Amino acid sequence: MSMSNSTAAASGAPATARRPAKTMSRRRRQVQNALVAYSFIAPNFLGFAVFTLGPILFAFVLAFMHWDGSNAITFAGLDNFWRLFEDKAFIAAFWNTIIYTAVSVPATLACALGLAVLLNQKIFGRDFFRTAMFFPYVASLVAVAVVWNMIFNPEMGPVNMILYTLGLDPKDMPGWAADRHWAMVTVILFGIWKSMGYYMVIYLAGLQGINSELYEAADLDGANSWQKFLYVTVPQLGPTTFFVTVMLTIQSFKVFDQIYMITQGGPGTSTLVLVYHIYNEAFISWDLGYSSMIALVLFFLVLAVTVVQFRRQKED
Amino acid sequence: MASISLKKLNKTYGALTVVHDIDLEIADKEFIILVGPSGCGKSTTLRMIAGLEEISNGELVIGGDLVNEVPSKDRDIAMVFQNYALYPHMTVYKNMAFGLQLRKASREVIHRKVQEAAKILDITHLLNRKPKALSGGQRQRVALGRAMVRNPAVFLLDEPLSNLDAKLRGTMRAEITKLHKRLDATFIYVTHDQIEAMTMADRIVVMKDGHIQQVDTPQNLYDRPVNMFVAGFIGAPQMNMLPSTIERRGDGYAALFDGRELPLPAHFDKNRIEPYVGRELVIGIRPENLHELPPADIASENLAPFDAVVELAEPMGSEVHLNLTAGGRNLIARVSPRFKAKIGDGVKLVVDTTNMQLFDRETERSILY
Repeated sequence: MSMSNSTAAASGAPATARRPAKTMSRRRRQVQNALVAYSFIAPNFLGFAVFTLGPILFAFVLAFMHWDGSNAITFAGLDNFWRLFEDKAFIAAFWNTIIYTAVSVPATLACALGLAVLLNQKIFGRDFFRTAMFFPYVASLVAVAVVWNMIFNPEMGPVNMILYTLGLDPKDMPGWAADRHWAMVTVILFGIWKSMGYYMVIYLAGLQGINSELYEAADLDGANSWQKFLYVTVPQLGPTTFFVTVMLTIQSFKVFDQIYMITQGGPGTSTLVLVYHIYNEAFISWDLGYSSMIALVLFFLVLAVTVVQFRRQKED
Repeated sequence: MASISLKKLNKTYGALTVVHDIDLEIADKEFIILVGPSGCGKSTTLRMIAGLEEISNGELVIGGDLVNEVPSKDRDIAMVFQNYALYPHMTVYKNMAFGLQLRKASREVIHRKVQEAAKILDITHLLNRKPKALSGGQRQRVALGRAMVRNPAVFLLDEPLSNLDAKLRGTMRAEITKLHKRLDATFIYVTHDQIEAMTMADRIVVMKDGHIQQVDTPQNLYDRPVNMFVAGFIGAPQMNMLPSTIERRGDGYAALFDGRELPLPAHFDKNRIEPYVGRELVIGIRPENLHELPPADIASENLAPFDAVVELAEPMGSEVHLNLTAGGRNLIARVSPRFKAKIGDGVKLVVDTTNMQLFDRETERSILY
C-alpha cells in the first residue's frame, strides 16, 4: 500500500507534493505497527478484562449494595461500611491479618535469606538441599496441610512426641492448631515453611549477582564474615529484599488456603483472617454486598502498605 | 617498613600449575612491576601476596615474618583492584573510612586521614558522592585513596589503569609514580602493558606461563634481554628477529642474513660468540637501530648497509615506522618523517649493530647475556 502511494507521488506530482505523500505513508506504517502490537496484547487483555478487571469494578459497586446472589440488588449506601465497626469477627480478622503479616513477612524473609546464604556456599549435597527447600513451594497445599496436621497433632503427632521425650510436661504441651493460643503460630509456621524455598531461590539469584571483588576488598579492609554479610551482602541485596518484601506482604494479606485447610479460622476467631471472613460472608452467609465491603478494606490496606514500601525504597 | 621475599612460590589448581617456583626478593620501598601476557600468572602471584589465593607451595615472607597462613587483613597490605571494587552503596568518604572503622580507629583519626588522602588525590569535592556518580578516573583515585588511608607497608595494584582511556592512563601513570615517592611504601604492580612497566618501575619482573623470565631495571631489560621472549615483549614496535649465521671476518665476526653482512661490534664477548661460528642463530635488531644513513657527525661506528622493500609506511608524526620485507622476513624500521619512501620501493638503510642481540635458535636464550 505504501509502495503504491509513493510511486504515484513520484511519477505524477511535482517535487513539492512528494513530502506529504511520504509522511502519509509513514503515519500509516505507524498505525499498522500499533495494530500489530495491540493484536498481540488483545487475547491476554480480554481475559484480564473479563475475569479480573470487570469483577473488581463490580465488587467496588457491590460494596455499597445489598445482594444475596439470587434476589434483586438494592442500594445500601454506607450501611455495609458502618456494619464493619460492629462486626466482632471482622475486627478479629483485621487484627489477625495484621499480626500474621507482621510476623510471617520478616520471619520468611530471614529464613529465605539465611537458607540462600547457606546454600550459596560450596557444601556437600548443596543441590539436594536446594531442591528439598524449594519442594514445599511446588507441592500441593492440600496434601502438605494434611501431613502438617498429622505432624502437629497434639495427641499423637511426632512434634509433641519429641517435646515429651525432651522432658516437657504433657500439661504444658502446645495444642497447635487445636489450641487458640497456638493456632496462629501453627498457621504462621506453615506459611513460612511453605514459601521460604521460593524466596530462597530469588535470594540465591541476588547473591550470585554480587561482585566477588567486593568481598575481597572487604577481606583486605579487615571485615570478618559477619561484617561482610552486614556491610556487603545485605546492602547489595537491597533491591532483592525490596521485591521479596512487597511480594510477601501482598501474599500475607491474601492468606486463605492454609487457614482453610488447617484451622478454618478457629478455634473461635483466633486464626480468622480477612480473606477467610470475606469467603464466609460471601459463600456461607451469601451476603455479597458486605463481603465486597471487606474486600474493599483489604484492597486499601494492601495499597497503603505497598505505597509506603515504594516510597521508602525511593528514599534509599 | 617491609621487604618481601617469595621463596619457591607455587600455585596449583588440581593437576594444573599456574605459578612455578617463583623466587623473588623485593626491597623495602621498591616499586616492582610484574608484567607478562594474559595467563602468565602475574595476577595470581599478586593475589597470593594479598592473601586472596592460598599458597600451594613455597614461602611468602613480609617484613621478616612468614605470612603463608596470616589472613589478608593482618598482612599490613592494601590492594587496588582492576575494577576498583568500591562499595556501591557507600559514599566516597565511607568507602575510604570503612577499613579504619573496622579497625576501630577514632572518628577524629578517620576524618583526618580521609581528608589528607582526599587532598593528595584531589577528590575532596567528591567525598559525598556514591561511586556510580563518578567517572572511571575518579573511581580509580578513590580506590587509591581507600588503600592509602591505612598507611600500609605494601601496596598491591592489579592492572589499575587498564579500564582508563589512553590519555588518562598517561596522567595516572605519572601520578602513581609520584604517589609512590610520597608514600614511601613498597609497591607491587601488575600489568600487561610494557609501557606502564618501563615508565614506572624500579625493577620489572617479566613472566610467561607461570615462570619468571627476567628480573631487572627497565633499561637493562631493554638493552640486555636474556631471551627472545623478553626481547620481543619489551619495546614497541617489537624487536626484529632474523635467522642468521655467524662467520669469522679477520679479527672479528659477522652475522649473515640473506646475503647481507652485519659485522659484530668489537665489544661483544668473543668467547661467547666463538662456539656459534658456522651455526644458525637468531639476531635481534630493535626498529630504532634500523634507519636511514644518519649525518656523519652523529653516526655510530658500527653501521652496516641493509636494503629492503617498503610494504607500508606508518607516519607517527615525529617519526615514520616503515614495514619492510627482506629475505622473506618482515621487519620494522624507524626513520625520520623527511625520509621519502613509497610502497614497493627498494630502500637502502643501515643497521646500527652496537645493541644488536644474538639468540640461540634452540633454547631462545641470549648468547651475549
